[in-house]
Amino acid sequence: MAKLIVDGKEIEVPDHFTLLQACEEAGAEVPRFCFHERLSVAGNCRMCLVEVKGGPPKPAASCAMGVRDLRPGPNGEPPEVFTTTPMVKKAREGVMEFLLINHPLDCPICDQGGECDLQDQAMAFGIDSSRYAENKRAVEDKYIGPLVKTIMNRCIHCTRCVRFTTEVAGITELGLIGRGEDAEITTYLEQAMTSELQGNVVDLCPVGALTSKPFAFTARPWELNKTESIDVMDAVGSAIRVDTRGREVMRILPRVNEEINEEWISDKTRFIWDGLKTQRLDRPYVRKDGRLQPASWAEAFGAIKAAVAGKPGDRIGAIAGDLASVEEIYALRELMTSLGSVNIDCRQDGSVLDPSLGRASYIFNPTIEGIEQADALLIVGSNPRLEAAVLNARIRKRWRMDNFPIGVIGEQGELRYGYEYLGAGTDTLSGLLNGSISFAETLKKAERPMIIVGQGALSRADGLAVLSAVSALAETVGAVTAGWNGLAVLHTAAARVGALDLGFVPGEGGKAAAEMLDGTDVLFLLGADEMDFAKKSAFTVYIGSHGDNAAHVADVILPGATYTEKSGTWVNTEGRVQMGNRAGFAPGDAREDWAILRALSDVLGKKLPFDSLVQLRAKLYAAHPHFAAIDEIAPGEIADLSALAKKGGTMANSGFASPIKDFYLTNPIARASAVMAECSALARNNFKAAAE
Amino acid sequence: MLKDQDRIFTNIYGTKDRSLKGAMARGQWDGTKQLLEKGRDWIINEIKASGLRGRGGAGFPTGLKWSFMPKESDGRPHYLVVNADESEPGTCKDRDILRHDPHTLIEGCVVASFAMGAHAAYIYVRGEFIREREALQAAIDECYDAGLLGKNNKLGYDIDVFVHHGAGAYICGEETALLESLEGKKGQPRLKPPFPANMGLYGCPTTVNNVESIAVTPTILRRGAGWFSSFGRPNNVGTKLFMMSGHVNTPCTVEESMGISFKEMVEKHGGGIRGGWDNLLAVIPGGASCPVVKAEDMMNVTLDFDGLREVKSSFGTGGMIIMDRSTDIIKAIWRISAFFKHESCGQCTPCREGTGWMMRVMERMVRGNAQKREIDMLFDVTKQIEGHTICALGDAAAWPIQGLIRNFRPEIEARIDQYTANAMAHGAVLEAAE
Repeated sequence: MAKLIVDGKEIEVPDHFTLLQACEEAGAEVPRFCFHERLSVAGNCRMCLVEVKGGPPKPAASCAMGVRDLRPGPNGEPPEVFTTTPMVKKAREGVMEFLLINHPLDCPICDQGGECDLQDQAMAFGIDSSRYAENKRAVEDKYIGPLVKTIMNRCIHCTRCVRFTTEVAGITELGLIGRGEDAEITTYLEQAMTSELQGNVVDLCPVGALTSKPFAFTARPWELNKTESIDVMDAVGSAIRVDTRGREVMRILPRVNEEINEEWISDKTRFIWDGLKTQRLDRPYVRKDGRLQPASWAEAFGAIKAAVAGKPGDRIGAIAGDLASVEEIYALRELMTSLGSVNIDCRQDGSVLDPSLGRASYIFNPTIEGIEQADALLIVGSNPRLEAAVLNARIRKRWRMDNFPIGVIGEQGELRYGYEYLGAGTDTLSGLLNGSISFAETLKKAERPMIIVGQGALSRADGLAVLSAVSALAETVGAVTAGWNGLAVLHTAAARVGALDLGFVPGEGGKAAAEMLDGTDVLFLLGADEMDFAKKSAFTVYIGSHGDNAAHVADVILPGATYTEKSGTWVNTEGRVQMGNRAGFAPGDAREDWAILRALSDVLGKKLPFDSLVQLRAKLYAAHPHFAAIDEIAPGEIADLSALAKKGGTMANSGFASPIKDFYLTNPIARASAVMAECSALARNNFKAAAE
Repeated sequence: MLKDQDRIFTNIYGTKDRSLKGAMARGQWDGTKQLLEKGRDWIINEIKASGLRGRGGAGFPTGLKWSFMPKESDGRPHYLVVNADESEPGTCKDRDILRHDPHTLIEGCVVASFAMGAHAAYIYVRGEFIREREALQAAIDECYDAGLLGKNNKLGYDIDVFVHHGAGAYICGEETALLESLEGKKGQPRLKPPFPANMGLYGCPTTVNNVESIAVTPTILRRGAGWFSSFGRPNNVGTKLFMMSGHVNTPCTVEESMGISFKEMVEKHGGGIRGGWDNLLAVIPGGASCPVVKAEDMMNVTLDFDGLREVKSSFGTGGMIIMDRSTDIIKAIWRISAFFKHESCGQCTPCREGTGWMMRVMERMVRGNAQKREIDMLFDVTKQIEGHTICALGDAAAWPIQGLIRNFRPEIEARIDQYTANAMAHGAVLEAAE
């Protein structure tokens, strides 16, 4: 700990603190532009200047000076720092004036207006008028992709965007070229950035130089209602803030959650919102004469009642989709039970994960924060960059810290960090198990080895054998001990862990998802769109929000709500229970899915025992208490993993393939989004779009 | 006047043989092995005792700088980096050392590297110095062939000397920007602390010295600290390469004793001011970044660090730009402003934005198209840059203008008056607002 005096207040702070952090600790406000807690220190904006007593007769950049660099006074008294002296005030005014001389006065048409650091700090620390009589600098706008809009006149060269892309996102595409006042931020070749995290530069930019292209000129920040919620685009469960105007979602921003996403979100999470407005199902439909015809709720329910009537339970099935919340899956499960069916499944991809194997067998046991404690990593059948972009940034963060060997089995993709490619599939896994591949030694030597296993390795006929082999490997290398469980199952579907927690898998003699398509007479699809419906023969009821794959083949469509239009619980890949909030209402006649199921149950004569979401949750929590512990993780039992390891089985000799074929088009909302479609086309084209 | 026998650079004009053989004939590489045998501490103490101050402009005591290097390696290698990125307008001494007397530098590299425990020395040569680099490289190759450099050499200390060619950016003469550039990155100064002696080239302890500082050390060690410190006055001792450019009759680079008077310097070596002493207008005493000094202040100046501080300027590199009364002093300083605007690296705000602002205001003042109150504003802007930047380029850009305003304010005001009067005479001069 270091002792120092800030503005006359004596404080004690850890040795590694910078002056800026120490000043904040003491309650002094220090303006800054280039400094960001999660990025390296650049020290170039010069806004955070403070006065250090006894130092050279000039102010010091507080972001770049550590408290341990301060020297004590002549008699050993603690070093003294001032943030409010005339010298500091003059310095800040000077820097602010310099920043503003070439900054355009276009705040009235700037999308950053209202949440602009420069605006705020100019008010707080600047002077009221300009002495600059020359022409302002003009800078050409750059094309850096379909997501980030540039107005480079406004750039103040803080290089936060450059540091973010190189350090966190792991791309070297954005940089500062030229020098002096002609320096410009650009991708140079005017190509789109290739990162899945590029949208974060919009938040990082302290001015309006980098703004959200899809959000451009659509709303002002102060006219938006802000709702804190949870993202469902992947199984990470990033904390988001949904900004709405009226009933329309205008944009989505990240919230800070150190345990999951720090303060980053993926582009799919951020730019999905136009998909919430298009292709929406806003009224029930019933298929008559081979065509889907608009219908009333009563007609739709009537058609279902007629279809279900007289069918035995084993001819009825239900599949839960990837975006569904715990509440509606629970309601669906209760309905199916009352109909006497055990044909329920949440694993559209055919994954073998099963709650009967214990919770440890299907969650990301070491937790996302735990990645930073791990000291060796094996990735099996997964491309975390596409399956969980934010989690991948955490791996990269760990990789950047120091020695972190990473091995990959599966597809050889660009992961944004260096890794040792071990092989494509089961052969390599066996090789690691019997020690013939040297990376096994690396894992063994590590104190806290970690093994990420993706759905690419588990959604196969021999998935159980693979999972068993992975568990066995985890045991062998010491990844599963009392203090550290390093076996991490990486999911791609936000609904999956919650559904597995609910036991939404086929019961005794029940049919799995793929069998239900032609093995049942009536099939309920709760937003399940990710299957091949070509061989479907059952009468299909689709409950969902978008006119996507399943809606096309459905016989009855019941319009549901998307994740921003309902309050719901989701469990992320770590097994962390999180609650999302409703930011707006579903369009037209669409209703929240649990309410649809409740109403349907009444028509079918199997009335579910709850009339409100509160009552539903009370029942849910009584049956599954861990859902009540919001933001908590109910840890898995490591004994389950040793049992799993003993299961064994024969693995087919083939390679693992990542389940994500197109990062931008993984769910019905994304497929309805024009922005995602553009990104997808760019990615398919290797990011070679002509700059306009 | 310095006697010929006291000159360190014996071939500064390139009139003699610059090969290794020629250099040895003039006394270089004489007893280098014996010098090394006296040990690291002896060398550092001797340099400290000699009072040698860095010749790159800041005048930091060289021996003290060397002593900042860790005594024992913590596993990281140590490096010596020689700053031969001589880009300061008015300064041209290192270039003469490189092309005519390179062996002084190479021998200095060996001695200095030994004193700091470095086994590799990098010489960062300015991008525009093509012939100089070739001459230096040829000299280094000669030394390798003669077994003076490399592993298991005759001197008994493994040392490699590498020449790195810059790309021609003034900012790469700043020591940390030089290190960045040497590492292959963009030449932008680093934040200090940590200082290079702790975290320098590739994160290892590094000392960056000027060419002249390194080149003089073998001779100092051979002839003794007492000999070197016998020149000049205390705190400003030794011999030094001085440069005179501009309106003297014979512009030149010349080695002289520190503390020589300006008058003597110009009379003896510069052949007098063009048009006589009365025709002298002003002098920029130490390279472009030093504030300009008026003729009357310059008359009795002693040329050393303290002497020039007394006239509110600085000694810098000793490269004097002498201007007679034919000079448009405002335009001259504008040109310097334009130089700094062009060479600002753009990393930190005050310098990036301020240099352009200052240059544009100066541009108008050259014509007189300004308000008199803008003179004070300009001065204020220079004060806003000075001391607020990462490196000293901000200060360097501010000082010439401060010197101009301090010394030549009446000139600027007269220019403005003249412009205004002309405007009246020809009717309104209206400039279209763009």
